[in-house]
Amino acid sequence: MNTLIYDGTFEGLLTAVFEIYERKLYPVKLLKGEWHTSALFEEVIPIVTDEARASRVLRGLRKKLSAAGVQRLYISHMAEIAGEDCNVLGFIRHVFDSDQNIEEDYGNKYVMRLSEILKMVRREKHRMEAFVRFQKLNDGTFYAAIEPDFNVLPLLIKHFKSRYADQKWMIYDITRAYGLYYDLHDTQFIEMDFAELNKPVNVIAAYSEDEGIYQNLWKNYFASVNIASRKNTRLHVRHIPKRYWRHLTEKI
Amino acid sequence: MNVDRITEKLNILADAAKYDVSCASSGSDRKNKDKGLGNASNGICHSYTEDGRCVSLLKILLTNHCIFDCAYCVSRKNNDIKRAAFTVQEVVDLTINFYRRNYIEGLFLSSGIFKNADYTMERLVHVAKKLRIEHNFNGYIHLKSIPGASEELMREAGLYADRLSVNLEMPTEAGLKLLAPDKNRQDMIDPMRFLNQEIIRNTEEKKLFKNAPMFAPAGQSTQVIVGATPESDQQVLQSANYFYKNFNLKRVYYSGYVPVLADKRLPALNTAVPMVRENRLYQADWLMRFYGFHVNEIVNNQNPLLDLDIDPKLSWAIRNMQAFPIDINKADLQLILRVPGIGLLSAQKIVAARKFARLGWEQLKKIGVATNRARYFITCKSNEFERRDLTGQNIKQFIMAQSQSKYIKNTQTQLNLF
Repeated sequence: MNTLIYDGTFEGLLTAVFEIYERKLYPVKLLKGEWHTSALFEEVIPIVTDEARASRVLRGLRKKLSAAGVQRLYISHMAEIAGEDCNVLGFIRHVFDSDQNIEEDYGNKYVMRLSEILKMVRREKHRMEAFVRFQKLNDGTFYAAIEPDFNVLPLLIKHFKSRYADQKWMIYDITRAYGLYYDLHDTQFIEMDFAELNKPVNVIAAYSEDEGIYQNLWKNYFASVNIASRKNTRLHVRHIPKRYWRHLTEKI
Repeated sequence: MNVDRITEKLNILADAAKYDVSCASSGSDRKNKDKGLGNASNGICHSYTEDGRCVSLLKILLTNHCIFDCAYCVSRKNNDIKRAAFTVQEVVDLTINFYRRNYIEGLFLSSGIFKNADYTMERLVHVAKKLRIEHNFNGYIHLKSIPGASEELMREAGLYADRLSVNLEMPTEAGLKLLAPDKNRQDMIDPMRFLNQEIIRNTEEKKLFKNAPMFAPAGQSTQVIVGATPESDQQVLQSANYFYKNFNLKRVYYSGYVPVLADKRLPALNTAVPMVRENRLYQADWLMRFYGFHVNEIVNNQNPLLDLDIDPKLSWAIRNMQAFPIDINKADLQLILRVPGIGLLSAQKIVAARKFARLGWEQLKKIGVATNRARYFITCKSNEFERRDLTGQNIKQFIMAQSQSKYIKNTQTQLNLF
């Protein structure tokens, strides 16, 4: 067993694939992270991300997969789901080891797993499109905090940009400590220091005058549309799992 | 803004609108225009009520004043309830401000009939027009087409709304006459026919001129109330099928009657909402629209009622054992779709995956097939398959013994056997 350590980027992953084929390393275990010689007993091969090698592998993938197939592979990796590197690698090996395009070979465990990962990621993306709750700040910016299970913020750009084209907005991923900001022209990724902002005085002062009114109206609306005689808590919680509640205006 | 008054109105008029079950916000392809607000090409449920229904649109009545006296309706003329009415501007402000905070996909606006049909329809159209023209709002708008409104108003509504709907209310004309003596079924069908023709005409126009204006791009839908009158499932589904076929409806919604009023023509106030029946009707509706089933295969003179214990596909399968077993590695997609426990996506995956290698039970499970049901009806790459010559009734018993209905907690009559 060879253990490979790479930097977690997609290019890093592709470089690792290059090394595996060139040095005929098999079986392998692929890990994200930094290399500490002292911490590990087994032999560990650190992978240094190499643009040229990565792009050779990418060209190879493009020959064997459809454009959408490459995109799906990229999304599955970018979501940063713990412990899935080996499955993504298994998928790539299956791509290169077959003569034909294997995107729909759902009988294969790696193809199936990738389709499951993709389903999880897309559902999380869709949930964020649904559960983002903007709050209007004094300067007219609409701000929302999220804590998605996976790294889906980059997948949200297109949706929110084409929807809220006439308002400034920001969506901040608290877990991963970075956000997406739209300034009426373009979006950019940003990082913020919340230490000052989070003081209660600053938080209240930051909201626009009518923010509280509309939050209340929304809560009222949410309560009014419920039909008590059809109560179905199990279904309710299946649709909105409790971990999302703390950012949902109507559930706070 | 008088916050207290707006809040009170919102409570009254949202409460009165909630029995309209449609909340779809999909099916349109309205794009964001000139850096305006919103688009309507997604279909997103932004929240879910505690009864588990989706909240996608701001669903309200413009007013709950009504000149009609329909027995099943909370807003009926003779019901002693608080009445309220929004101004056009109030609805516009609520919609825009909710939309900007990502609470909703758009507006679902219905209304009680005040004065007359045209007067009411005019105001609904006015709200939609204001949103589209003054606020460059491109979110989803669903308007009720008020039965009896003029064709000019209907046409204008179609220019601003994504979807229009007329509720049939009762599955049959007799049911309607019984409970809504002021309403006339023909008055509901006329606008549906008119809108259908306009939609077809617009589609043709769009083929010739790319910039032809959109006309109700998400089509029409309707709703029938189930369980208030004694119609059989056969009558309900036959009628749904008729409207799908003749008016190109996008959806028929089935609303289990919620007893809100005491009236000797209606089920008593403590009657349970027929939720299982409603669920079975939706399953049957899906079979007709996506699984290639003809309505007569699901319900017919021998079987006028849907089986409440098991889903309609399983129910069809055990009545038609001669069609099974089928070989999952060879059968056509159309046949695989008829196997209980295999859904649309699983069926497509099976057909794609078997080109690479023949599939066995483990792989079918991974793909998402409910093998506890499907195993009685299929063979695959495995020596294990159902060899016994089971009757449909046997299979039904086996499946029911293994699975626990999600509705069981709602029925008090279940006996504990052990």
